[in-house]
This record gives sequence, structure tokens and C-alpha cells, in this order.
Amino acid sequence: MGSEVVKEDWAEIFVRVLKSNEIDLVAYVPDNVLRPLIDAIEADPYFTVVLPAREEEAIAIVAGAYMGGRKGITLMQTSGFATVPNALASLACPFQLPVVMVVSERGTIGEFQQGQAMVCRTMRPVLQSLGIEHFAIQDRSQVEFVADGMIRQAFATRAPAAIILSPLLTKRPH
Amino acid sequence: MSVMETNSGRQTAKILNRSVMTKRLVARLKNEEAVIGGIGNSNFDLWASGQRPQNFYMLGSMGLASSIALGVALAQPQRKVFALDGDGSILMQLGALGTVAAVSPSTLCIVIWDNGIYQITGSQKTMTSGSADIVAIAKGAGLSQSDWAQDEEHFDALVEQALAGDGPRLIAVRIDGAKPAGTTDRDPARIRINFMNGLGV
Repeated sequence: MGSEVVKEDWAEIFVRVLKSNEIDLVAYVPDNVLRPLIDAIEADPYFTVVLPAREEEAIAIVAGAYMGGRKGITLMQTSGFATVPNALASLACPFQLPVVMVVSERGTIGEFQQGQAMVCRTMRPVLQSLGIEHFAIQDRSQVEFVADGMIRQAFATRAPAAIILSPLLTKRPH
Repeated sequence: MSVMETNSGRQTAKILNRSVMTKRLVARLKNEEAVIGGIGNSNFDLWASGQRPQNFYMLGSMGLASSIALGVALAQPQRKVFALDGDGSILMQLGALGTVAAVSPSTLCIVIWDNGIYQITGSQKTMTSGSADIVAIAKGAGLSQSDWAQDEEHFDALVEQALAGDGPRLIAVRIDGAKPAGTTDRDPARIRINFMNGLGV
């Protein structure tokens, strides 16, 4: 790692992966942890950005866009993910729609708020019960491989996926 | 009644029939417009109006017809897109009206069939049977071009405005409690593939 001249942060790598996968539509509900990624996307005219009121809307927007031939992605926090099982189970999963969710993980490894901690515990059981591919990225060195692979798999297999951004990636000094 | 008349609202709107009005809307679609049918009777009547390849029939995700339509509009800006949904559905996702207003696609038209009841679950009352007014809510969310269809001709005129690409637009239609004219064949993979083929994807 030390040999790199310019060290990209995780958000910059993520933006590069989105572009290489021709994902130019982003629907998100904001989160402080996602801010570097949100700021990079908002600042880049390559992306069309939609800010819905709820995460379910974000899922439906990228689902509709996919059926119209445009690739999109959603960004949300753990607590936002907790609001979307109905849209996943009755739209993304049965209709075989590659809805990719980037979920910033709150509620673990240093959480100070019990509500967040309890909501966080619902996330993986929901993903598992719906059979949704998910992986938590823990290190900057994993971002490109995991994000690219999961995005490609989601679109190739027409299945939703959750790319979880662990505090090990977003909070730990790299 | 002309599209320009404004001193009219929910109270003055004629009570119409969803099956009849769905057919009336579909009959005006000549350019492969996309239509998203909301959960339940909205898409049952869309199905019964003839299975156009550009129709998408929701099987759940109640309230998200407008959001799916917004996604289609963002993907295919040259195509007109309609979302058909019920009052009970849109009441679940009022934020979606604000999202559509913020994105403001000129090609998007939301049609709300309002009978003031959750018809499919036993006709329990929705909020619109009381004081909630979908057009007032939509206007408050930023969809300034929102109207109560006063009668059949007014509905036609509003649809023509939407087809002219002056959107985003919302058309609210008071309807009766009659049953839909059919039932959608609920095969999600087939619905999705047919729809994507219909959109040329």
C-alpha cells in the first residue's frame, strides 16, 4: 500500500467502481457515514442524483430505472434498511430486479445509541431470510474487489444485493 | 369541461368508474407509453383493459407505483410514463409526490383512483373519505399541475396535456366502489420481462 503515489479513499474507489459499471443513477437517503460518497457523487455531473423521502422509494426508483434500461444504486443507513423489507420481498426479489443497496452500518463497534444497536441486529437476519447476497467491507483494500464483484453479480443474476460498509472501513483510520 | 377550469375540486368531481376510465386512458395511448399499475384493483383494471407490453403490474410494494414510474422516466426521458394508483396506496407514500416534484420529469403523469375506501380488504374508509384531499396534498408537495377530473371529458383533456409532455402532472379521479373488470395473472418474472421487452430494453 505504501508504494501508492496517490491514495484513494474508500469513497473515491467506490465512485470509480460505479462508473466502470456504468451506474449513473443514485437514489439515497442521507447518512453522515456515507457523506464522503454522497459528496463525491453530488459533485460529479456523471451522476443523476435523486433524494427521496424514504428508502423504499429509492428501491422503487432504481427498480423502475433498471426496467427502463438504466443502472442505478441506492445508498442508505442501517436504520433505513430496516424500513425496506416489504419493497425487497414484494418488488426487488420476485420481479428479479438488481437493486443494489449500499448500507452504512451503524449500531455496532462503538455505537452509543441503543436504538441504532437494536436496529442493526435486524439487518443480516432480514437479508438472509430474503436470500439477498450481502457482504460487509471492512478494509479499504477490499472496496474495489467487493463492490465491483457484487455489483456485477447483482446485474448478471438479476438479484438485489447489499454492500455493507462496516465501521472498520468507514471509522477506522486507514 | 375544459382543462383550464380551476374553480372545481373533489366535491364537484363526478363519480366515475375505474374500469371504464382505465380503458378510456389506455385508448389514448398511441406511442408505447409506459403504464405502472399499482397494487390491487388499479392493476387489475389495467390488466383487464388489454395486456399492453408497456404495462407493469405491481404485486406488492404498496404505494410505490409513482416511484417505479419515476425510475422509468429517468431511464427513458423520451417516453411518456403513467402511474395508476389508489387513494389507499398513495396515502402510504405521500413523500413520493414530493420526490416526483423535485425531479420534475415532464413526461410523468400520476393518476389516482380515489373511492375513499380500501376496497380490496372490505371497503374500510381511507383518509380521503374525510378531510384529506389528494390534489391539495400533491400541490402542497410541489406538483402544481394537479387536478380533480371533473368528468370524462375533463379527464381526457388532462390526459392530453400529460401526453403533450407538460408534466409532471397528477390527475385525481373520484371513482365508485365497483369491482375491477379482471384479475392480473401474477407471474412476476413474466411481467418484468414482458415490460422490459415492451420498453425495448
